[in-house]
Amino acid sequence: MKANLKSWAVGLGLLGTAALALAQTAAPEAAAAVAEAAAAAAPVPNKGDTGWMMVSTLLVLMMAVPGLALFYGGLVRSKNMLSVLMQVMVTFSLILVLWFIYGYSLAFTEGNAFVGGFDRLFMRGVWDNVAGTFANAATFSKGVYIPEIVFAAFQATFAGITGALIVGAFAERAKFSAVLLFMALWFTFSYVPVAHMVWFWMGPDAYASKEVVDEMTSKAGLIWQWGALDFAGGTVVHINAAVAGLVGAFMIGKRVGYGRESMAPHSLTLTMVGAALLWVGWFGFNAGSALEANGFAALAFINTMIATAAALLAWCVGEALMRGKASMLGAASGAVAGLVAITPAAGNVGIGGALIIGLIGGFGGLWGVNGLKKLLGADDSLDVFGVHGVCGILGALLTGVFNSPSLGGPGFVADWVTAAMVTPTDFSIGAQTWVQAKAVGLTVLWSAVVSVIAYKVVDLTIGLRVSEEEEREGLDITSHGESAYHG
Amino acid sequence: MKLVTAIIKPFKLDEVREALSGIGVQGITVTEVKGFGRQKGHTELYRGAEYVVDFLPKVKIEAAVDDAIVDRVIEAIEAGARTGKIGDGKIFVYDLQQVVRIRTGETGTEAL
Repeated sequence: MKANLKSWAVGLGLLGTAALALAQTAAPEAAAAVAEAAAAAAPVPNKGDTGWMMVSTLLVLMMAVPGLALFYGGLVRSKNMLSVLMQVMVTFSLILVLWFIYGYSLAFTEGNAFVGGFDRLFMRGVWDNVAGTFANAATFSKGVYIPEIVFAAFQATFAGITGALIVGAFAERAKFSAVLLFMALWFTFSYVPVAHMVWFWMGPDAYASKEVVDEMTSKAGLIWQWGALDFAGGTVVHINAAVAGLVGAFMIGKRVGYGRESMAPHSLTLTMVGAALLWVGWFGFNAGSALEANGFAALAFINTMIATAAALLAWCVGEALMRGKASMLGAASGAVAGLVAITPAAGNVGIGGALIIGLIGGFGGLWGVNGLKKLLGADDSLDVFGVHGVCGILGALLTGVFNSPSLGGPGFVADWVTAAMVTPTDFSIGAQTWVQAKAVGLTVLWSAVVSVIAYKVVDLTIGLRVSEEEEREGLDITSHGESAYHG
Repeated sequence: MKLVTAIIKPFKLDEVREALSGIGVQGITVTEVKGFGRQKGHTELYRGAEYVVDFLPKVKIEAAVDDAIVDRVIEAIEAGARTGKIGDGKIFVYDLQQVVRIRTGETGTEAL
């Protein structure tokens, strides 16, 4: 948000166009032009908000490393354990670096409806090292800010874990250098624009009067302008990554021996540890996406508990009905399914809605890794699409349903000038769900097109997969020169 | 001298060892092994992927014994390892040509 230092404050207006409560949207402010006038009135970030956001940032970091790394690592054969840990950890780090060089600027500064600009290249302008002052990033409350550096760091972890999620789809056969080149391309041309489209807006204080509403809204990202709700990244993170993974599973091809040889997980114990770290870390991911330590953060917090527990139970019940036994892997997968499903809805639905979204997410994910997987026929090694794609889409659509005040949801901000919420009579479940579906559709299409091109480029330059001989021996030895286990 | 080899269920190992100690067997060698017999394997399901596990974990014990006690050794292993259910294992008996205790150089029954 541009709103950083200054633009807040002026008049109140009446109704404007409907703008929605997207979480996470914030943007760096712009110009130094107004700096002086602004300096006098620069708002001081609340220490509680700032502290919470730094903790949330660390929680999301913990989700990726070690959470996701262990969750995925336990699911592969022991000869590929280190390669998965490496791909997750190095992908995450690569994207963090790219984020601070240009990703943050292109995602969260003013540009056009698809991508931002270069105002924050190399994090330029986030603080004044001579004056010792720090730029602010807007939240969802007028006059409430957090240091922009904290916002950028928080968002950096989202970008990083999104890339790391893709790794699961082509685990056990992709060339390490190919993974990294793909990640750089995909991050630049899919993650960054989708994040901008969904989350960039000018911030609440930019809506100073009804006269500027149209102008401010027109500066936001395309999907934000549509009014789609995505609290913590159902589209930006999960659907985006899942589609890239599925495309990768198709384009890289199946693992040698797929369907004939045993590819059973080598350590479901580590998978459980990873899933548990993901669950804990996800509170930073979801509740942190409120950008403030307030009631909506609390709502996202409890919804993240309830939906996850419900999905875990649903997956176990589904497995027990299908084959007579509930499995540990099923329970861990159910937890992740619930976490994914509640992500776009976290602060956008009531607690009852979260429970239902969790139950649907649990059964949906179970279908995703069984029926849907057979239909698709791709070797999505660790079911990135089956869990993150299916549950991400279910969560995104159901957010449009359970956001409704008539179903216990909070609704959305209909008028950012007065911060008035939509009235129950004005809320249309059908209309909101249609908007959600459009956001899902554009994300799927965007990520798919970028992924196809990016994989193709990598294949033509350095090649996507290792030789069959290397694959049989295992990537730990052949790609990294070390073994996870001895003896 | 005879070499008695038995494949048994892993959780029966302690009972077999106690039974053998009770009749004066001085030592045995134990190896964790996998195999299949009439018990067959089982299937494992990881999300959508089903794998048939043909080889079940078993324990192989080997004991070199004097001809005089070989029948009692067999009885002791049988008694210790039996559950009555399929998969209890088998006992094999071989003639043993020579035994050497490396430390002392003793041979034959002296080395048992």
